[in-house]
Amino acid sequence: MLIDTLKYISQLLPVLASVFFILSLRGLSSAATSRKGNIFGMLGISISILVPLCYCFCVLFLRQIIPNNINDFYGSLFFGLTIAALSFGGGIGYDIAKKINMTALPQLVAAFHSLVGLSAVFIACAIFSAPNLFALFNTSDQPIPLSNAIEMAIGAAIGAITFTGSIVAFGKLQGFISGKPLKYKGQHKLNFLVALLIIISSIIFVNKQTAILFAIIIFASFALGYLLIMPIGGADMPVIVSMLNSYSGWAAAGIGFTLDNNVLIIVGALVGTSGAILSNIMCKGMNRSLKNVILGGMGVETSLTNDSGNIQRNVKICSPEDAAFIIKNAESIILIPGYGMAVSQAQHAIKELSELLKNEKISIKYAIHPVAGRMPGHMNVLLAEANIPYEDAFEMDEINHEFGSCDVAIVIGANDITNPAAKTDPASPIYGMPVLEVERAKTVLFIKRSLGSGYAGVDNPLFYQGNTMMVLGDAKKVVEGLIKALKEN
Amino acid sequence: MFAIETLIIFILSCFVGYYVVLKVTPALHAPLMAVTNAISSVIIVVAIDAAAISSLRLESSVVATSCFGVVAVFLTAINIVGGFMLTHRMLLMFSKKKKDNGESKC
Repeated sequence: MLIDTLKYISQLLPVLASVFFILSLRGLSSAATSRKGNIFGMLGISISILVPLCYCFCVLFLRQIIPNNINDFYGSLFFGLTIAALSFGGGIGYDIAKKINMTALPQLVAAFHSLVGLSAVFIACAIFSAPNLFALFNTSDQPIPLSNAIEMAIGAAIGAITFTGSIVAFGKLQGFISGKPLKYKGQHKLNFLVALLIIISSIIFVNKQTAILFAIIIFASFALGYLLIMPIGGADMPVIVSMLNSYSGWAAAGIGFTLDNNVLIIVGALVGTSGAILSNIMCKGMNRSLKNVILGGMGVETSLTNDSGNIQRNVKICSPEDAAFIIKNAESIILIPGYGMAVSQAQHAIKELSELLKNEKISIKYAIHPVAGRMPGHMNVLLAEANIPYEDAFEMDEINHEFGSCDVAIVIGANDITNPAAKTDPASPIYGMPVLEVERAKTVLFIKRSLGSGYAGVDNPLFYQGNTMMVLGDAKKVVEGLIKALKEN
Repeated sequence: MFAIETLIIFILSCFVGYYVVLKVTPALHAPLMAVTNAISSVIIVVAIDAAAISSLRLESSVVATSCFGVVAVFLTAINIVGGFMLTHRMLLMFSKKKKDNGESKC
């Protein structure tokens, strides 16, 4: 009777966990409910972890109090190891997340994705090494059933691709792998061959389940993850990071299918679609298809001849003092942050500047382009970190019509997302990309490190526009210069 | 063998995910990535099965399985705690301002 009740509860709890996971994503629909959402997520995962741990503990405990001949050495040992791994891993995760600087957020998220991928691989290995323990069948000399074997191969392959892909993305974001796209001849052919190898070995694997074939699937997938992400430029990372997020979900779903575990399937589907939606939003923000991003293409700096042609055109360069004068006489200002702000960690200086201007009764708004920065929502997090009110940040569609009536638009470390050529010049590589209509502001202040082109290697006509002033230098230093000049006046 | 129910659950969950995530405000996309990362580590339940429960079966042949499981538990534990902690930190930044605003309005 008691056993039956317990069994019933242990089947019900995962249902509850699934509901919590859905609620945790639902909570993010507004900042007000988001923290509650996060707590739902934690509850969901705690339930999921506690159910098998309690089961294991109860079995070990019962075997202790009921006299028997069972040697529980392995059981106790691995129960202890599991708890140790859980607490040790948890401690490391806590430490990393607590200490990480918010500007390093994109690479941390990429690193976390790689962990999901790698653990999916280890779990697939565990299932493969002892399928009977996972109730895939009863006697150990039977092969794994066809459908479970397919699902296992898919889960392992996606996990492995996620792992190496995320490691490369991490390296590119962290800067120890060059952010420039790596291209070589026959790249697509090689990728195709590796993918073919994975598919063929998976097909053979389903019929003939040998460890070698399983290893081939995993190692070929490791190679494919590396080969797929290596050619992609640093600035396409918002798409890649969300795509890998999606993959980590599909990997979990693959494991769930293998074991007919509903919670894993539900969570995998939630995470997978979430990542897919984010990739889609990012792709739209760049007016590129996912295929186009994955197959590479952009991110190559234009040749020198193009640059020297630009320099002859008229660029107005001004000092922070001049810029401060212009700002002071404005009534409404829109700030456009970009990756440059993240690199120089200018968000706190920007906050100080905006406080200063607000005291002068100048209206300050922030225009956030969907692909500004290196991951979805990157700019919003940095602004939030600097305590800039959430209500002051506007999405592209909300604010684009306001540029016409705004006195000064200050572009801080952004370039391509403001390029009017995307609307007017069909020959431009970024033609069709939705951009912030900065050029309609009365004055445009461009805070930029140099006059070079952005990641897309596209010249920005905005630099040469009559009402544009360039302030060259590191975003943080320039903003600090502006603050100093404003205070002196 | 292949259970059609799991496929139905999968497809319905994709729809739920689609409609829920569409509602997420773009400003919170970064926390969304962090929290989805944390919850995708729910595969830890299989890792625990492999690590701890499989060794209850009293077969010495499961040592390899348990070792794989322990490694997977370790990796996913980093992810779970790290992911939720990171989300918590980010969300705290977003709601902190709200409080500040409220105070300044008072």
